[in-house]
Amino acid sequence: MQTTGGVLAERVGDRFGGFGGRYVPETLVPALDALDAEFDAAMQDPAFLAELNSMLRDYVGRPTALSTAPRLSEKVGAPVWLKREDLNHTGAHKINNTVGQALLARRMGKKRIIAETGAGQHGVATATICARFGLECVVYMGEEDMRRQSLNVFRMRLMGATVIPVTAGTRTLKDATSEAIRDWVTTVHESHYIIGSVVGPAPYPRMVRDFQRVISREARAQMLERAGRLPKTVVACVGGGSNAMGAFADFVDDVDVELVGVEAAGEGLGTERHSASLSKGTPGVLHGALSYLLQDASGQVHPAHSISAGLDYPGVGPEHAFLKDSGRAEYVSVTDAEALSGVSVLSRLEGIIPALETAHAVAWIVREAGRWSPDEPVLLCVSGRGDKDVGTMTEHLLPSV
Amino acid sequence: MPATPVAPSSIDARFAQLRAEKRCALIAYITAGHPTPEAGVQLMRGLEKAGVDILEVGVAFSDPLADGPVIQRSSQIAIEHGMSLERTLAMIEEAAVSIPVVLFSYLNPIMAGGPDVLHRARRAGVSGVLVTDMPVGSDPTREAWFGESGLDFVRLVAPTTPSDRMEEIGKHGGGFVYLISRLGVTGESATLADELPASVARLRAATSLPICIGFGISTPEQARAASQLGDGVIVGSALVRAAEQSVDAAIELAASLRAAMDQ
Repeated sequence: MQTTGGVLAERVGDRFGGFGGRYVPETLVPALDALDAEFDAAMQDPAFLAELNSMLRDYVGRPTALSTAPRLSEKVGAPVWLKREDLNHTGAHKINNTVGQALLARRMGKKRIIAETGAGQHGVATATICARFGLECVVYMGEEDMRRQSLNVFRMRLMGATVIPVTAGTRTLKDATSEAIRDWVTTVHESHYIIGSVVGPAPYPRMVRDFQRVISREARAQMLERAGRLPKTVVACVGGGSNAMGAFADFVDDVDVELVGVEAAGEGLGTERHSASLSKGTPGVLHGALSYLLQDASGQVHPAHSISAGLDYPGVGPEHAFLKDSGRAEYVSVTDAEALSGVSVLSRLEGIIPALETAHAVAWIVREAGRWSPDEPVLLCVSGRGDKDVGTMTEHLLPSV
Repeated sequence: MPATPVAPSSIDARFAQLRAEKRCALIAYITAGHPTPEAGVQLMRGLEKAGVDILEVGVAFSDPLADGPVIQRSSQIAIEHGMSLERTLAMIEEAAVSIPVVLFSYLNPIMAGGPDVLHRARRAGVSGVLVTDMPVGSDPTREAWFGESGLDFVRLVAPTTPSDRMEEIGKHGGGFVYLISRLGVTGESATLADELPASVARLRAATSLPICIGFGISTPEQARAASQLGDGVIVGSALVRAAEQSVDAAIELAASLRAAMDQ
């Protein structure tokens, strides 16, 4: 493992090691320059930070709880602690980022917000904050995802957002992201694009990470206070990777803390139907950043698959690519079937129905039972609640219940 | 019809000749492999005969985020036909047109091929290369691949590009500068953007490279209007849409564009 200094020294400018960057149409370059400067200025501005913190406390409901998980801990053989991002307003970690970016958009005088969404959680979180701030909200969502996550489509529309179905390509998050970028290229003067994960061109990956960093800032302090020590391992699911980056960020310098990201293995890593970009991908450029990517030998992006719409993405945030290559984080994967069993485990043992995305991280911990000694705490980021997935869960799980 | 034959294909030489003849370049975009891989060679040769000065050959990419629906659809069809960068180069080599060919690509297919693919492109008869998603300064290491390839590295300028950045783009580009006429993705528009004359004037002051105007130009009238402003006019989506009907329809459209510009 590299030293802390080495890890940090490589994370400079718009790159994380060789990953990241800004591979976009020329039209967007000035807007990204402006966003970069505005973000840095805002994060130094006590008034901006005060408003952000007050929104997170009084509207989102932070700090979120750190829950013990006694029955799951017994099954795993080590104390498991749950960082409850599912308890945020709107039911997932996504709103940490949308509050920050919406405040930034307001500061830049932008009245129109664009977002892409896969599972719909980011779309809902964006629609929510747009309603709160009186901003126009346009959400691009793949037609296939609209079917899988119809509850979230309804929620977005209730809050006044326009949800535009994307029928191109795989009709999922990848194509919704392309369509959102096309909108932004066309309306760049009046619109701000709120990307929902630590992906996209600089400054998005570091900006989204820094708005999600609140997860690990709180969790680190809560662990020290409640468990009297740092976790042995921090575990989070990884699609684009925003809840994982948020959960990892304040632990990166704690070199004794293992960081584990759980990707979606779909129908298995040996098949072509998975979303495990870090485990099975190769470096490539998609949506403005260089990172690991599922692609064929001629550079065409390979369609991803996961039972969870939020992980169904062929790319991954560039900082994860860097954490993987530097050895600072480990990336593993969990199949659709294992994720479904993860839903059952957390639901039945702890009374918490996790999102299908989160269930991947749960399933990995269960699979690794015995890896930890009884005095080594495991911190699991419960990125979202499972209400949106009850359709899929019922279809797959209820016959066996 | 145009016609004095030029030596195989330097973009600079073509613009020198056009300047001498006081004519504006007609640049035609096609997506390689669309409507079919077989039609590509016929289309390239037909467009040359119709008076096109430079051919932009698009490399189909699965996620063309700078393109509107027409070119997205053409890329999808080309990929379904098994089109790739290597097959695109084979098509260009087979067509063996005497006008310059510019490869128009997203970065990822080129990255997958590595820097050597640019040398193969040159051997296949490509004169220049344009990358839609690699703006100046975004990746000095890979930008150097293009500088070292011997191909003209055609750069894009947008209406949002500040003047000092235009100078930077001029310095790091070759062949011509592709001026994006309006905000947005590729596709046809009813009218030319109001800010276009101002963008051309700013770009003139920033670079001595020929200025070619693209995005939203589809009709002979628009081509003629744009030809009063720039050194070249680029037509893409309208030709691709015509090619959906037939190769002949695309060639006829190119001939009518040429005629309007030469009036």
